[in-house]
Amino acid sequence: MAILSRSEAKRILDKVLKYSRADEASAQLGGGETGNIRYARNSVSTSGIVNNTELAVEARFGKKSGVATINEFSDASLEKVMRRAEELAKLSPENPESMPILGPQKYMSVDGFAKSTADITPDQRAKAAADSIIAAKEKKVVAAGYLEDERAFAAVATSKGLFGYHAATSANFTVTMRTQNGLGSGWAESDVTDFASMNTGSSSSVAIDKALLSQKARALEPGKYTVVLEPNAVSGLMGYMLSGFNARSADEGRSFMSKKGGGNRIGEKMFDKRVHIYSDPANLNVPAQPWANSDFMPQERIDWVKDGVVKNLTRSRYWAKQSKSESVPEPNNLIMVGGDKSTEELIKNTRRGILVTRTWYIRMVDPQSLLLTGLTRDGTFYIENGKIQYPVKNFRFNESPVIMLNNIEDMGIPERVGMWGMSAMVPALKVRDFTFSSLSDAV
Amino acid sequence: MDRRKFLQLSGAGLGVSMLPLSGNLVAESKLTQSGIDLAVKKEFADVVLNSARKLGASYADVRIGRYLNQYVVTREMKVQNVVNTESIGMGIRVIANGTWGFAATNDLTTDGVARATRQAVATAKANAKYQQEPVQLAPVKGHGEVSWQTPIQKNAMQIPIAEKVDLLMEVNKSALDAGASYINSMLYLVNEQKYFASTDGSYIEQDVHRLWAPFSVTAVNKKTGGFRTRQGLSQPVGRGFEYLDGRTQDKIQSQTVLYRDSYDMTEDARLAAQQAQEKLTAKSVKPGKYDLVLDPSHLWLTIHESVGHPLELDRVLGYEANFAGTSFATLDKWRSGKFQYGSDRVNLYADKVQPGSLGAVGYDDEGVKTGNWDLVKDGVLVNYQAIRDQVHMLGQKESHGCCYADSWSSVQFQRMSNVSLSPGKEELSVDDMVKDVEKGIYIVGAGSFSIDQQRYNFQFGGQLFYEIENGKITGMVEDVAYQSNTQEFWNACSQVCDKRDYRLGGSFFDGKGQPSQISAVSHGSSTARFDGINVINTKRKLG
Repeated sequence: MAILSRSEAKRILDKVLKYSRADEASAQLGGGETGNIRYARNSVSTSGIVNNTELAVEARFGKKSGVATINEFSDASLEKVMRRAEELAKLSPENPESMPILGPQKYMSVDGFAKSTADITPDQRAKAAADSIIAAKEKKVVAAGYLEDERAFAAVATSKGLFGYHAATSANFTVTMRTQNGLGSGWAESDVTDFASMNTGSSSSVAIDKALLSQKARALEPGKYTVVLEPNAVSGLMGYMLSGFNARSADEGRSFMSKKGGGNRIGEKMFDKRVHIYSDPANLNVPAQPWANSDFMPQERIDWVKDGVVKNLTRSRYWAKQSKSESVPEPNNLIMVGGDKSTEELIKNTRRGILVTRTWYIRMVDPQSLLLTGLTRDGTFYIENGKIQYPVKNFRFNESPVIMLNNIEDMGIPERVGMWGMSAMVPALKVRDFTFSSLSDAV
Repeated sequence: MDRRKFLQLSGAGLGVSMLPLSGNLVAESKLTQSGIDLAVKKEFADVVLNSARKLGASYADVRIGRYLNQYVVTREMKVQNVVNTESIGMGIRVIANGTWGFAATNDLTTDGVARATRQAVATAKANAKYQQEPVQLAPVKGHGEVSWQTPIQKNAMQIPIAEKVDLLMEVNKSALDAGASYINSMLYLVNEQKYFASTDGSYIEQDVHRLWAPFSVTAVNKKTGGFRTRQGLSQPVGRGFEYLDGRTQDKIQSQTVLYRDSYDMTEDARLAAQQAQEKLTAKSVKPGKYDLVLDPSHLWLTIHESVGHPLELDRVLGYEANFAGTSFATLDKWRSGKFQYGSDRVNLYADKVQPGSLGAVGYDDEGVKTGNWDLVKDGVLVNYQAIRDQVHMLGQKESHGCCYADSWSSVQFQRMSNVSLSPGKEELSVDDMVKDVEKGIYIVGAGSFSIDQQRYNFQFGGQLFYEIENGKITGMVEDVAYQSNTQEFWNACSQVCDKRDYRLGGSFFDGKGQPSQISAVSHGSSTARFDGINVINTKRKLG
């Protein structure tokens, strides 16, 4: 089934809700098409297209809830899915944290749909891969890459009159280029709404340059270094931190956002005063669905950190009621305000430091201090007197993003990256005293 | 709007755990109903195989799957979620013009199946244009009509939800009564009803069961602002609900109670609550070199990351270069026949038949009868994990039988088999091992883990750490993580306890591939000693 229009989606949702005999009901309709192509060893390995449209219906009897899903939309099917949700609700245990289903909401209007991505063909996908493979062969390196594109819609409605519709497109391309001797590796990403703005050949060139430059890396002693972290190196650490911006775990005393003696750290200055992180579904660089998937709460522009001060934490409707605060839905995008310098300019102003292309395999070590560990990968270089001098072996880091965001020296121009399943605008950061704890032989 | 749906579990401490959730949500009663009739499946399969051949395929296989999942999710004295899912469909894989093609459909009508068969063959022919290395498939003799089932005593899907909820409430109460501030506990159940048929003449019916019962206990000291968690020591298993019987003969009394083939979740939750509180005031470790004594509940994850993954042939060859990475264990090292992966005490083997393990099946997802084989023998690298279209690259004639797809809609590819450390040949208990350690740390349970993309440098945490001084355990320490290099670490292995201590651990959601697929895999070992490993102190202070 193709992408449904606003009116087609509304017709199905209205119909399914009419079948409800429950106290309250809600329905989510979503779907579209995802295409992908994968290649390795300079040859296409797999490609595919998946089409799916699915309706999820929730029925409520008091604090009992049941959810059922279906991917057929005949009248009989719509009635069946509602009956099934009602049957499941009656059988389920009461959820003491259940909150009433929402009535009408006002959602922001977001334009995140690009025709070029909607109309992508298998030939275009093959060409995108071929552009990368040809570039690799020319420079005698080995390409492995993956392109995934999506055109999708989502619509929501409740028995209390709520309705929302959003259509979106996205395409994400990643590529790893390795030298044939196995001594060099480079990586690049392109994350876009509009496929026409994606150039897999030029992304591949960036990765090829890094692969060629990163050969014969020298070993530097682990320790504290000034680093220039490219946006993809920053995003892994930032994603972990912002996933912990949760009021409940903070109020319960089990988060780096917990306050000694009880409560949370909203209002405290925890970061460098230049740190400003917010979400905005209508941001033109990273347009996002204007409601939260969990409970359909409207997404609006909201600051998480401003002037280095914690401004907001996400808070479910249940926890908002318990803690007598406003509920704050989980965001669908993130924007960190940066500076006006390119990564090259950040390097130019660095006397001694390490340039990090990306960070990898990041895991929590201590949730108390948000200490994370992970590794640098696919292009790590030594900077001296404003210039890249030579490639260095990859490092393992043990660092907290809270400390990282206190040690900012300078910030670059934000770029769009994929982060924890959403899109984000993240700047390159120049950070002092970043802790590398050991060396890795990995290329 | 992500293609893969996730079950979102908030409130489980920092962040949000995301569980893969596939299939349609259904009523609990659906999970105990039987699936598609065997004769119907054979009829469908023959239609697909014959028409694929007619369309020009030189080989075809078809998998008709019914995948059932049940998740029960609780915190403290509340049930947060009960999710039942069912997913039914067919995946068709063919070779045409020397190239793989794949298509999947949940439209199990004559027309739907015919359409998917045509798509699979057409995809193979289209991709043949880019093919540089035509598929070479290791031969498999047809098995005829055969079947296999996970040897379970109690089908977990048939246990009423109420009984499962009662169990988790008892577990949670036990932790709260013992002083836990919070507990999150869960039950995950999987039943894969898989039918495989191929042009080799195999018709294989399999009924695969898996179960996992994890929890996480948190102790908070509101005065100091400190908090600590202790996760449950249960292991995901290829067993029925009997795993949760917690039989006395399966318990090992150590610093905490350790478990063999069954698990006492309530007891472990009580101990976890006590230990989480003890962790709040435990001594912070002094960094330096220590001899590590690693319990199987911990060592499985180190085996998984530093042996299981680097010895997957697709990683070695570069097929995963853009995502999970490649491997340090390159073909030239293997070909030399002298690559010392570990000390001569180290014997690591792959196994797809071990009872109770997550990876145990009768046949893999391309119709190869499963078995076991050596990976590292007396410390030397001797083999990899490879499937039908890979083994020729090793000069071998038979597939190892470790091909797997996580759904009917996913294409099967090489996945990790159970990979385990053989017990020591000489009689040795854990007490005997500890007695000879002058300066060491005994580690129980898996914690934080991170390893580079070629599997050299790693860092692991744990759940419980006990300091060993002059042959005696002297008390709990905290803030422990060890760092090493795979080859150095396994060459530092000086002792492995005997088979009396052998136990399985494992991972329920191992991820690989683009688009990503999950897989479940077990790793067995006895307690083992590693000398002179670098331990770091992970305590940091925020302003």
